[in-house]
Amino acid sequence: MTKTNTDNIVVEEFVCEAPNNQLKKESLASNIKYLIVGTIFGIVFVKAEIVSWFRIQEMFRLQSFHMYGVIGTAVVVGLISVQLIKRFNIKTLAGETVSIPDKTFNKGQIYGGLIFGLGWAITGACPGPLFAQIGSGFLAITVTFFSAVAGTWLYGAFNNKLPH
Amino acid sequence: MIELIKQPWHWAVAGVMIGLTVPTLLLIGNKTFGISSSLRHICAACFPANISYFKYNWKNEIWNLFFVVGVLLGGIIANQFLSNPNEFIVNENTVKDLKALGVTDFSAMMPADIFSVENIFTLKGLIFFVVGGLMVGFGTRYAGGCTSGHAIMGLSNLQLPSLIATISFMVGGFAMTHLIMPYIFKLF
Repeated sequence: MTKTNTDNIVVEEFVCEAPNNQLKKESLASNIKYLIVGTIFGIVFVKAEIVSWFRIQEMFRLQSFHMYGVIGTAVVVGLISVQLIKRFNIKTLAGETVSIPDKTFNKGQIYGGLIFGLGWAITGACPGPLFAQIGSGFLAITVTFFSAVAGTWLYGAFNNKLPH
Repeated sequence: MIELIKQPWHWAVAGVMIGLTVPTLLLIGNKTFGISSSLRHICAACFPANISYFKYNWKNEIWNLFFVVGVLLGGIIANQFLSNPNEFIVNENTVKDLKALGVTDFSAMMPADIFSVENIFTLKGLIFFVVGGLMVGFGTRYAGGCTSGHAIMGLSNLQLPSLIATISFMVGGFAMTHLIMPYIFKLF
């Protein structure tokens, strides 16, 4: 997404896909709550074996229901929660209205999605499990992690040349 | 109780807990769930290189970095204190298929044939770590999200682009597993 500023220079508008929509400023220390939610999330990843390359292989070979069960249940629970929040206009802890930005379609979701899917089957990891795999002692995955950072950087460097 | 927690968790337990992450993040701080964005914030914080895509106030999104450090910590805790005392079980058909490709180790969550430190500077390491990692990082950013941002958060909010992205993830994964991976394993 680009717009032109007063000097007619094209500047990129910042669109974060997992944005912080809280208006009230947070102190650095108050971010500890996200660390705690992340920690529980990481424990779930390891204990439900979502970090396992074999579970991902079972999923793509249609030989186990496990990963379909995990993702399907998560979507149903997430969907019900989001609908309840919207329906009853449940406010955040800071008293703000919950805001979830809509996603707009572009071809990147197909091209990028396919590329990620290819990588997912090789590495057995989406970005979340990458962190949990390293934590659970698979140190070789640090290489995968740095490569994923490099991949993100390459996208940033060349995104305006890619079809969207 | 602790013995029960040490067992592998049922998919329904994991699904409910992951699903609840969505409203938890929304309600404790108006945060939209998504993990791959953390990789962008890391680039913006460490190697912005004057690229416009990385010129933004990443400090305003720092919650996402706290979250992924938490995921790493969760991995450490689960491995140190809650690890499964029993044998790791892989579906027998998957074992058969992977044995045919040349995988021999089925004792842990990641096969040591591939995901060991000794393999970092080998062709296996180049493909499974470097190329695989590049595709994960590049693809998720190009798609504007990963399994968390699109498949879970996006579908929870009934976003059509997220459904398209999720289908693309799956098509890519099926293509790699069934069409490309047999050729990759012939290289070793």
